[in-house]
Amino acid sequence: MEKQRYERPLIKRMENDMPNKFGMKPENFPKSKIDGVKVSDLIAEHGSPLFVISESTIRNTYRKAKKAFATRYPKVQFAWSYKTNYLDAVCSIYHQEGSWAEVVSGFEYQKAINNGVNGKRIIFNGPDKTEADLEMAIKNGSLIHIDHLDELYTIINLTEKIEQKPRVAIRVNMDTGIYPMWDRFGFNYENGQAWDALNKIMASGKMELMGLHCHIGTFMLSAKAYGVAATKLSDLALGIKAKYGHEIKYIDLGGGFPSKNTLKGSYLPGRDVNPGFDDFAEEISSALLKANFAPDSLPLLILETGRALIDDAGYLLGTVISNKRSSAGKRTTIIDVGVNILFTSYWYDHKVSPAQEFTQFSETTTLYGPLCMNIDVVRDNALLPLLNKGDHFVIHHVGAYNMTQWMQFITLRPKVVMIDPEGKVHVIRDSETMETFSRQESKPEHLKKFEL
Amino acid sequence: MKIKSNIAVSDSGFIFNPDTGESFTVNPLGASIISYIKEGKSVKDITGELRQVYEIDVNTLEKDTEDFLGLLKNFSLLTDA
Repeated sequence: MEKQRYERPLIKRMENDMPNKFGMKPENFPKSKIDGVKVSDLIAEHGSPLFVISESTIRNTYRKAKKAFATRYPKVQFAWSYKTNYLDAVCSIYHQEGSWAEVVSGFEYQKAINNGVNGKRIIFNGPDKTEADLEMAIKNGSLIHIDHLDELYTIINLTEKIEQKPRVAIRVNMDTGIYPMWDRFGFNYENGQAWDALNKIMASGKMELMGLHCHIGTFMLSAKAYGVAATKLSDLALGIKAKYGHEIKYIDLGGGFPSKNTLKGSYLPGRDVNPGFDDFAEEISSALLKANFAPDSLPLLILETGRALIDDAGYLLGTVISNKRSSAGKRTTIIDVGVNILFTSYWYDHKVSPAQEFTQFSETTTLYGPLCMNIDVVRDNALLPLLNKGDHFVIHHVGAYNMTQWMQFITLRPKVVMIDPEGKVHVIRDSETMETFSRQESKPEHLKKFEL
Repeated sequence: MKIKSNIAVSDSGFIFNPDTGESFTVNPLGASIISYIKEGKSVKDITGELRQVYEIDVNTLEKDTEDFLGLLKNFSLLTDA
């Protein structure tokens, strides 16, 4: 007789609480394949944990976003936010789809150049651009988004020795009715800082003022705030036209659109309540079209959304190490995925799916990572089927920020693979080894010997 | 060890404790273990029986069975007598 699949014994006390008026569906369905490739095969071949990126999902999500905006506004350009995920393979998909590059450091700028992006199609944001970075960006004709007056003066000084005229915009911060208001980057709209910077640029005559930029927040759950931002930037653009007769070529509304992840503390799942591309496109396009731009001089709309484009395309596969009980009798499960590689578990209650079939029985579990650190909690409370030691699982919506903000801590960082639209698996970043670290470290001669 | 005599256990895994008014559900493996306890089997006998049916190593099965028995005691369904 063939033996049955094991499921640990479970007993649950029945709670006679009020029924849930929202009547949410259970989230648990087995995720045994990603784009047709078995999770078990991926782990057998590439190890656990393992990041997996779906090329098809990236392309489909990008096209959906592009369509949402392009059907409402005639001039739309996306610029891929490198900091969200700067793996070369990922960036190259977005560039193939037509995205420019949006970078926030000399390192990211160089990555975009190495990826083959034309310097004129690089948007250079961020508060820390060195003189060398700025010189390179000016010579390449990149769009430099000025963050503060010191940067503005540095650029003016550089024009003394560089022939090319810098192509610049300013970053504007503003009150869009959301809290907290982001005001640490750029120049403020309400108190006149933005106009002061624009006047300095125009008065210098040494730069080409190309556009206006803002980035009002992150994981924004209000689409209306973008309408306010678009209106305020339009007001500045029209003011410059009126005062200097100078036409702003583009308005860049930055990023900040949410993915389908569920923020910690949110009662309803993100997939049901977070606004989508159509919501943002409607607000932004309406605001721009309602502004008093002449029909033949509508500014190009640039969007730097990162998270909403890549999050759903990323999966993190892992394996159960052990099941335990806490001192209070609560079920806890140790997995081989820690907060060091899943940075976003500080922000989200990530969706976790077992990678194999299971029954309808489930148990509320705390998911602990493998680190010998108390902070290593991936989910405080996850209602999960009865996972056994050695079972595999899939963590969803991990494409944004994890592969850039992850850290080598206690364990080595794992591989990242990409599944192409034909179902072929490509390693796009190898796992770290001891050699990765020994290359960077050195030990002084007098410390090389000891006796214990 | 013994399941308290007044505890009602249905074939579908529904348990009712008339002393406390509490109800519980168990999965099929939990129901099997309760059934074996009622037959007077020891932990070793129970894990031996279950290993004939399920694809599982003895260490995991022992660990999970003891954990389950601990919960039965915690819910006042099982006595040592």
